[in-house]
Amino acid sequence: MDTAKFEEVFEAKLAKNDFIEPKDWMPENYRKHLIRQVSQHAHSEIVGMLPEGNWITRAPSLRAKLVLLAKVQDEGGHGLYLYTAAESLGISRDEMLNALLTGKAKYSSIFNYPTLTWADIGAIGWLVDGAAIMNQVMLQRSSYGPYSRAMVRICKEESFHQRQGYESITHLAFGTPEQKAMAQDALNRWWFPTLMMFGPPDRESPNSENALKWRIKRETNDQLRQRFVNQTVKQVEYLGLTVPDKHLKWNEAKQGYDFSEPDWDEFKNVIKGNGICNKERLASRNKAHSEGAWVRAAAEAYGKKQPEKEAA
Amino acid sequence: MSDNQGQLWEVFVQKKSGQPFVHCGNVHAFDKEMALQNARDVYTRRNEGMALWVVLSTAIVASSPEDIGSFFEPANDKIFRHPTFYQIPDGVGHM
Amino acid sequence: MNSNEALFNYTLRLGDTSLILAQRLSEWTGHGPFLEEDLALTNIALDILGRGKSLLEYAAQIEGKGRSADDLAFFRNEREYFNALIVEQSNGDYAKTMLRQAFIDCFDLLFYTELAKSKDSVLAGIAAKSVKEITYHKRHSFSWIKRFGNGTEESASRLQHAFDELWQFTGELFEMTETDTILIKENIAVDLATLKPMWEKEIQELLREAHINIPETTFMQKGSRQGLHTEYLGFILAEMQTLPRMHPTAKW
Repeated sequence: MDTAKFEEVFEAKLAKNDFIEPKDWMPENYRKHLIRQVSQHAHSEIVGMLPEGNWITRAPSLRAKLVLLAKVQDEGGHGLYLYTAAESLGISRDEMLNALLTGKAKYSSIFNYPTLTWADIGAIGWLVDGAAIMNQVMLQRSSYGPYSRAMVRICKEESFHQRQGYESITHLAFGTPEQKAMAQDALNRWWFPTLMMFGPPDRESPNSENALKWRIKRETNDQLRQRFVNQTVKQVEYLGLTVPDKHLKWNEAKQGYDFSEPDWDEFKNVIKGNGICNKERLASRNKAHSEGAWVRAAAEAYGKKQPEKEAA
Repeated sequence: MSDNQGQLWEVFVQKKSGQPFVHCGNVHAFDKEMALQNARDVYTRRNEGMALWVVLSTAIVASSPEDIGSFFEPANDKIFRHPTFYQIPDGVGHM
Repeated sequence: MNSNEALFNYTLRLGDTSLILAQRLSEWTGHGPFLEEDLALTNIALDILGRGKSLLEYAAQIEGKGRSADDLAFFRNEREYFNALIVEQSNGDYAKTMLRQAFIDCFDLLFYTELAKSKDSVLAGIAAKSVKEITYHKRHSFSWIKRFGNGTEESASRLQHAFDELWQFTGELFEMTETDTILIKENIAVDLATLKPMWEKEIQELLREAHINIPETTFMQKGSRQGLHTEYLGFILAEMQTLPRMHPTAKW
């Protein structure tokens, strides 16, 4: 078959809502786009362990400590599923990690914001995971089989994350005046960065068009952002907290909220590496990687001696 | 020694005794025991299984998409392989 | 000391040891040597933290003074903590963390297997659940000790270094006090003297496979039974207790 014929088969599959599998022919741009998107997604999970992880040792109750430990571990697991999905596209985990550690690869900018107080842990679970889930629910129907399957598993596991975040923030919002102030402060700081997570506005999103055409993504950034705001406002109201946006207003005609745009200059700036935690996050990953090098080398050396002895 | 993340393994999990082992994902590991332990630690954290298989990904032999026609379509017209192809008179009971 | 006080002290000692070890292990989460191992160690931390929580809940109940498990964890000072010294030691490199774990897993499996036969049904129940978890932890840590001992020159030398730092804290695991004496008579506590030869035999075998030499005699540190600790504990508690101490009336 010539390329045109392959392309026809590929397009036909997309049209039928069939999945593309690793050994199927796929256009080079589709492969590249997916490698970029899936590995970035994996990196985000791994880097995402850091801002929350730094509160595990300070969690204020034994129950909160157990929950946070399990949750941060889940993020690691999700990174793992996604790395293996990306590996099926012909890139190794080494290559992907190398891209992350040298700063060539991107990850979600949200994790370059600091977790200053315990309320941030609730806010991340509730808002950041809430936004992520919205994106991931859509990605369960992504056209690439391994990515879609990883997403199904991730969504199943992630469902407790948002609930525990909201529960945690509820304790604060209905707690002492100091706790409530802590919750409002966290909402103030995380609201707009969370809205940025859906990506730049559709009018200037360079990768969206192909992603939609190939059914790697199925809804636009702005559609998802609108849905998130609509859903979250009543959760904020229940807590007796205030969305930090003077222009937030219900719009009867569109059956949704009007709201202010995030500061896209700040967004671009953080992506460029100028967020307050960019350097620290990358340094943390590099430290763990380089301090783990001798462990991996020992495991490899030991593993190579095994076939002679027959391992367990 | 070159730095690396270990070999890629395929993980199969059996949900309950008697059920088939189903592919559930991959792990990296440097030896068999580690592969088994990693599979346990990654894929059975929510009571997903009672037994595990791990096998090196390089040991998997897979059919190709181009094989679909020649491998699987010839089975389409072998309807006589299915029980519903046959008629059994009423009154002989369950068969 | 009456037997209720002894039971409180005993349960607290076990709870503290689990809690502080889990606190140490959880420092690794997100920083492990590779992703799969990061998840594996966190599973272990979760098991041990869960056990610590159950034990402290029971201790609070025995005490009967209206304190909760969280009160015990977050509002006691250094001298009121009775965790074994070995669990508060710094994580160091992965060889040190794994060797500490192997020493404890080996001890805990012997210990909780016996405790599962305790006349105290709550302790017996917690122990029975823990035995299954610890069996796996031990398999995990023992595998790593063998890998390090037989891996590279560097891993072998790191393991030896870890051994040199940690060995002095292993003797204390078997120390018994009046608390133990009272509860052994009531068939509640485990006689640690009977565990010691079994532990030594298993550890010697493991260390031989990993090419580590055990010195003939080592001075063994002690103190935790009296609430005397290394300097690490103060920092662990400062970090762990900061929020509840800052907001003493808050619920989380």
